[in-house]
Amino acid sequence: MNHLLADPWLRFILVVAIKSGVLIFIVITSFAYLMLFERKILAWFQLRLGPIWCGPWGLLQPAADAVKLVLKEDLTPRDADPLIYRFAPAIAVLTSVLAYAAIPFGTFPDGSPVAIANLNVGILYILAAGSLGVYGIALGGWSSQSKWPLLGAIRSTAQMISYELAMGLSIIGVLLLAGTTNLSGITAAQSAHHVWYILPQFVGFLIYFITATAETNRAPFDLPEAETELVAGFHTEYSSLRFGTFFVAEYINMITVSCVATLLFLGGGDGPFLATLPLLSVAWFVLKVMVFLFVLIWMRATLPRLRYDRLMAFGWKVLLPVAVLNLLVTAAIVALVKA
Amino acid sequence: MNVLRAAWGIVTGHMVTLKYLFKRKSTIDYPRVPYPHPERFRGVHELRKYDDGLERCIGCELCAVACPANAITVIGAENDPAAPTSPGQRYGYRYEIDMLRCIFCGWCEEACPTDAIVLTPKFDIADYTRERLVYGKDRLVVTDPFKQHLANTESAAQTEPGVI
Repeated sequence: MNHLLADPWLRFILVVAIKSGVLIFIVITSFAYLMLFERKILAWFQLRLGPIWCGPWGLLQPAADAVKLVLKEDLTPRDADPLIYRFAPAIAVLTSVLAYAAIPFGTFPDGSPVAIANLNVGILYILAAGSLGVYGIALGGWSSQSKWPLLGAIRSTAQMISYELAMGLSIIGVLLLAGTTNLSGITAAQSAHHVWYILPQFVGFLIYFITATAETNRAPFDLPEAETELVAGFHTEYSSLRFGTFFVAEYINMITVSCVATLLFLGGGDGPFLATLPLLSVAWFVLKVMVFLFVLIWMRATLPRLRYDRLMAFGWKVLLPVAVLNLLVTAAIVALVKA
Repeated sequence: MNVLRAAWGIVTGHMVTLKYLFKRKSTIDYPRVPYPHPERFRGVHELRKYDDGLERCIGCELCAVACPANAITVIGAENDPAAPTSPGQRYGYRYEIDMLRCIFCGWCEEACPTDAIVLTPKFDIADYTRERLVYGKDRLVVTDPFKQHLANTESAAQTEPGVI
């Protein structure tokens, strides 16, 4: 064992593996409780109580749900493409977890980020991982050999591709201000400038938040799984743990976009009392992410679903031009200040 | 201008839903919190007693005759003079109500000459077998005469003095 630990490469791999294991455990747990949180908050918005029977305040509900899903029969439609049908949920959840490798959850006392990898192209990496997520949905819907999953998958693909453009453009404004694509560098720039970028980049923030909602297929942009038209959209034919896997992917994506919004626009782990207790930054980070998650649920409880053509029109004719304008103005101001 | 008004509409809409987040919830935590019923809700029956502990039922079978669903079976018997079950000559030896037949119309209440049978607000009587839903005297007769429900004639007398 000591001999193995002496090799720096093996030690590096071991440390990363342990970090990843811990992080995946945390992410899966937070997914489970995000689902409970959503059900609870949504119930309160609708004057209901939500889950209350499993454990105190329904706190054991995620465990009950998981057991139920595992025990269900795993169906594969007769005409479905067996390989891709079974592989699609794995793609969805894998790509959604990928992003967490680069997210800094705060800073250690020595100034290094609390993250698996401190990538210098962190934001690009997260965007790339997020874009890959559409493969899980598209392949799952396509291989089901059923009309509703197919329609859901097509909608989802079109929606994610068109909203990703505006999302990328809205983020560039922040990158111009910070001068780096390193995520912990962006939060450090916000602390250094003594302003969270939600203020100078308010338009960019709005566009990011709207497109992020569309990216994660959340209401009011949940067209890919519009119950009233498409039964359940791309996962109509899925049952048992594969259905649950799609759910895991969707909720983890929700947490991811909230994390990115926190990093880019709310200063990441920035907050008071950090000088005395640097690890408090993780707490501030989690708090801000929870605010975003609450707003996502709040929007679901408030807004009706958009019509599909209006969704596309909104993305291409409103969000994209505004994002370009925002980028131009930001670039001009940054150039002027530098000059 | 229209854009601003629409954006403002979205904001006010969110405020409306936020208000509902803090409102009192209308769900009743049912089995743990009893569901409130009106006083004269017609639920499961109860065979009442006089204050001295003697049963009111005299085994006259008028309730069984009145019952439109044939849910009631009564078999009367002579009282033992040494230890009477009811104050009169006869008492209800067997008294069975088939809760699966009963339509909870309350005619047995109306027919009863001694106000022995009343319908109570209790309604949750689900069970696993048909046999257990035929209630006998063991489940119908009240144990404490001071905790029994009022008969219709009594509550009427209380609310409208002088009219019976």
